Amino acid sequence: MTYLDAEFCPVAAKRDMDHLFWKKKLWSFALPALVLAYLAYVFVAFDMAGLWQRVSLQNAQTLVSDTYSYKTHVTRDNRNGDVSVAIEGERKGAYPDGESPAWVTLGATSVIDLEQGHEVRFGPESIEYTIPGYGLVRATPSRSKGVQAELPPGEVPDWISVSKNRLAVKTEAGRLTVTRNRSEVFRYFTGWELFFFTLDSPYHGLGLVELAQRAATGEAGAIFNDFWTNKMWRHQDVAWAIVETLLMAFLGTIGAGIIALPLAFLAARNFAPLGALRFAMRRVFDFLRGVDSLIWTVVLARAFGPGPLTGALAILVTDTGTFGKIFSEALENVDDKQIEGITSTGAKPAQRYRFGVIPQITPVLLSQLLYFLESNTRSATIIGAITGGGIGLLLTQAIITQKDWEEVAYYIVLIILMVMMMDWLSGWLRRRLIKGEGGKVKRRSSAVGKPFVLP
Amino acid sequence: MADLTAGPMTTAEIRAEYDTMTRRKRLYGGIMLVLFVAMMMAGFRTADGRNAGSFRDGITHVFDYPAEVLSEAGEKLALLPGHFVSFFPALIETLNIAAASTLVGLVFGTLLSLLSTRGMARWPAFIPLFRRIMDICRAIPEIVIALVLIFLLGGGPVPAMIAIAIHTAGALGKLFSEVNENASLKPVEGLESAGASWGQRMWLGVIPQVGPNYVSYALLRFEINIRASAILGFVGAGGIGYELKNAMSWGQGRYDEAAAIFLLLFITITLVDQISSGMRDRLIHGAKA
Repeated sequence: MTYLDAEFCPVAAKRDMDHLFWKKKLWSFALPALVLAYLAYVFVAFDMAGLWQRVSLQNAQTLVSDTYSYKTHVTRDNRNGDVSVAIEGERKGAYPDGESPAWVTLGATSVIDLEQGHEVRFGPESIEYTIPGYGLVRATPSRSKGVQAELPPGEVPDWISVSKNRLAVKTEAGRLTVTRNRSEVFRYFTGWELFFFTLDSPYHGLGLVELAQRAATGEAGAIFNDFWTNKMWRHQDVAWAIVETLLMAFLGTIGAGIIALPLAFLAARNFAPLGALRFAMRRVFDFLRGVDSLIWTVVLARAFGPGPLTGALAILVTDTGTFGKIFSEALENVDDKQIEGITSTGAKPAQRYRFGVIPQITPVLLSQLLYFLESNTRSATIIGAITGGGIGLLLTQAIITQKDWEEVAYYIVLIILMVMMMDWLSGWLRRRLIKGEGGKVKRRSSAVGKPFVLP
Repeated sequence: MADLTAGPMTTAEIRAEYDTMTRRKRLYGGIMLVLFVAMMMAGFRTADGRNAGSFRDGITHVFDYPAEVLSEAGEKLALLPGHFVSFFPALIETLNIAAASTLVGLVFGTLLSLLSTRGMARWPAFIPLFRRIMDICRAIPEIVIALVLIFLLGGGPVPAMIAIAIHTAGALGKLFSEVNENASLKPVEGLESAGASWGQRMWLGVIPQVGPNYVSYALLRFEINIRASAILGFVGAGGIGYELKNAMSWGQGRYDEAAAIFLLLFITITLVDQISSGMRDRLIHGAKA
């Protein structure tokens, strides 16, 4: 109102306006400039420029091709001429002696059909590879002379590498490597090998219809047993790992809620008469939260050893701090009228809490518990990787071996499905249990109301 | 309606009905409680059985390790300031990972949320697609992407940053789209009638409305990301977590370093927590006069 009383001065008004605009302009340029400057600093600090040299394209290729395909190794021991066939070259996927897939014919001269005209022959003396459109590559390994390679005349193409002790041929049909001690052919197939049954199971290679027929004639148990104990994919262990992870999240979250609720009363202004106790309680919560779950995990793993219990306890301790804070804030916001009403009917203190306070904070309590149940499923995966339990452990193990990328892909898919399922479940429970938070209701958009969503 | 035609119920009838209802409710509640307790017990027993050490043995040793660390740190108290200085760069790296990933996540989260909000989306037909992208980004735990990227890029801060940024984009995107739903569409329509492009409509019409909430959520996320980047350091992504792992696997003799790192991490997390909650309070409720 002061403006109206004062004499209007256009010059001053323009000056103010200019000042305001200048300030706004400064802000709208300074802020992005600051962010950009920071990102540039990070770019240098993280050595992003040098990163491109360190990117391992080889690794990327193995990773991608391994996730959707597998290879079967046909190996000849050059010292004694024995030929063996194994999927991924692993003992778990080896064909029994003298047996082979249809495209490998074992004999004095073993013939490996790589299709599209490509054919490799493991002869008694030399290895031959017929490549359509190029010719015949022959290699004769011997102890004394290394690997003697005979190629068609002309320049050596770049998909063949020849040296004194080694011949490597890489075509789109497969791969042949000959060294002094062994010759090996890789043939690539799409899909995940032996996902249902390993080679030693009688059910390997049967169609769905036949399996169903056999299951109907009383072999269902045996079929399931063979699937469940599959050595390659370890379905049983994987299922247990997922159960362990979910268990960590469940025990940790619910346990933290149970412990935090009574403690929260001690930290709420309107319920704790003693200021000192309240202060102490709050510092305890801050401490539990501030010591990160990483540190709790490390400390607890020393006492309890690796496993799901350690993970559950680590989640429990950290979340006790978080819940204590959230619940005590919720308790401070309860409506006194309801408690007064209950008191006026002559209720004892326990009844007052039960009927006056708990119903008011139940929605906050439940929705936070359910939020955390979902996000702790994710944390449990991470904690499992550190303490050694659950699907997180399987994932890290599979990644560390650096060759079973199809398993890594499988675990990643399982983890994502698990988290999305928990997300859906917690959302569904929230809608069922808490009326008023249903679908179309406009939610509060203040970040203060829910202090720690989604860690 | 049947009650009205049948005449008013007597007090005794109402009471009896109320009692049966209460009894039934109590019974259900009791059954639920028993089931719940049984589930907790069974879960605990399973977890205990599959753990390397049992709960009963472990609980008496919980404080052994902290006591060991603290006593060694106590003996070498004079070295602590030196350790603080030597681990400070690692702490900065952890903070940088968190800050950079929050910034990147903020940008992508904003884009994803705008693209998946009705009335603001650039391509309304693709709203479900962007929602699913957000869901998947949110569902992937950071460690999964980090470990795969460490295999591809080698150890260091970049894999951790990318991993956290992806998760942050998904998480913030979801929170942001809730904020967007409450924003008024009138400025957007006004700008559209003046011929503004989509980018201008969002930048000038939506962002000023939702900015404070966005920043407040981003600050919250920053706190969380510091913890996440410390954890990822532990699995090989550099920063203070990596130093902690080294100091720990060395065992006795370097516990003073472990203690120094514990302290640094604790102080940082608490400090950032305090500062950001203060800032968030100001952003939402306005500056206190």
